[in-house]
Amino acid sequence: MRYKLGICVFVGVLTGADVAAQQRPATPLPGSVFQSPEARAMQSDDTSNPAMLWVEKGRSLWTKSDGATGKSCASCHGDLQTVMKGVAARYPLVDQKSKTLMNIEGRINNCRTDHQQAPPLPYESNELLSLTSAITYQSRGDVRLVGIDGAAEPFFTQGRALFEQRQGQLNLACVQCHDGQVGRKLRGDTVSQGQTHGWPAYRLEWQSMGSLHRRIRSCSIGVRAEVLPYGAPSYLALELYLAWRGGSLPMESPGVRR
Amino acid sequence: MRSIRSKHYIGIALALELIFGVARADVNLPVVVTGDAVNAPLTQQVGRAAQGRVIVLSRQIGNCLICHAVPNEAKELAQGNVGPALSGVGGRLSEGQIRLRLIDQSRLNPRTIMPPYYRTNGLTNVAAQFVGKSVLDAQQIEDVVAYLVSLKE
Repeated sequence: MRYKLGICVFVGVLTGADVAAQQRPATPLPGSVFQSPEARAMQSDDTSNPAMLWVEKGRSLWTKSDGATGKSCASCHGDLQTVMKGVAARYPLVDQKSKTLMNIEGRINNCRTDHQQAPPLPYESNELLSLTSAITYQSRGDVRLVGIDGAAEPFFTQGRALFEQRQGQLNLACVQCHDGQVGRKLRGDTVSQGQTHGWPAYRLEWQSMGSLHRRIRSCSIGVRAEVLPYGAPSYLALELYLAWRGGSLPMESPGVRR
Repeated sequence: MRSIRSKHYIGIALALELIFGVARADVNLPVVVTGDAVNAPLTQQVGRAAQGRVIVLSRQIGNCLICHAVPNEAKELAQGNVGPALSGVGGRLSEGQIRLRLIDQSRLNPRTIMPPYYRTNGLTNVAAQFVGKSVLDAQQIEDVVAYLVSLKE
């Protein structure tokens, strides 16, 4: 038995990151798998999940008038639960009009500036986190399916390259930890697959809801790389690659993370 | 004093490069690699194991325990296991072998996950405050080497 395990490990080393990086993990595992039992329990029960406070606030913001037009999200879209079902599972996507890659945060702000004539909401503001959470929540349990062909292909290619690019003073690529070291310990933390289906998430360390870009920035800081602004094209491209990399994993946002 | 010393080291490095033909310029001081080792200390001050231990255990300086366990340090909770445990490393590897692995493990394995602790070039997208700086300075490398050499079992 021990001998067989040894062979498996040995073959794993030989086939290594080059192959794995081109593909999704053989068995995609949601981020919640790598959390403490306490955090998992918080996530699985909406009445104890602190992220639900943001979802609730987002629900009320959905129907609130704003901007020069006085429109709310609901004015154009209608009922949140009905119309936003499954939408976040298809993001990020390439916006037809601007030809740019857009995540949910970007779509919300695009609606605000174009249709509500309201100023964009800053990343990590309570309002943007709340709206993003409420919209993403409507896809909970849905299989994530993002487009990576056609107009999305260059963004996808860029995202994959970033995932594999060594960077920072510590000279580490995402793939080295989140593919090659999954399940191992970084001090008390378990290295996850870097799956993003639970984001935006409530992070206990932050005592707050946070965006995926905030989480990615933490990794940039960790490897002592340049930390990019929220919504940076590189982070968006990475967001697309990560969304694809999760394969058929169901959406689990709002997650609870350490 | 420092510039005299570093000129001195450059001289030695150039001389050794002529002899061995293996010195490379991708670390931030002249370092001569012989086989899989850097046998010459980076500083004149001999490495101090006690200082090295502080660096290894500190989350702010070396932060080695994020990836490595040192079972000898039983009081340190939640030690990492991304890299091999460091107990007995002083018995498994020579001083020079340990030094090269700290300076730049990628010399031995291009796909290593071990960060280079004494290299500043050939890096991508480094945060502005760390550009041109190695994770550890020469003296810190020597101190860590001395501590690791002392871990005989």
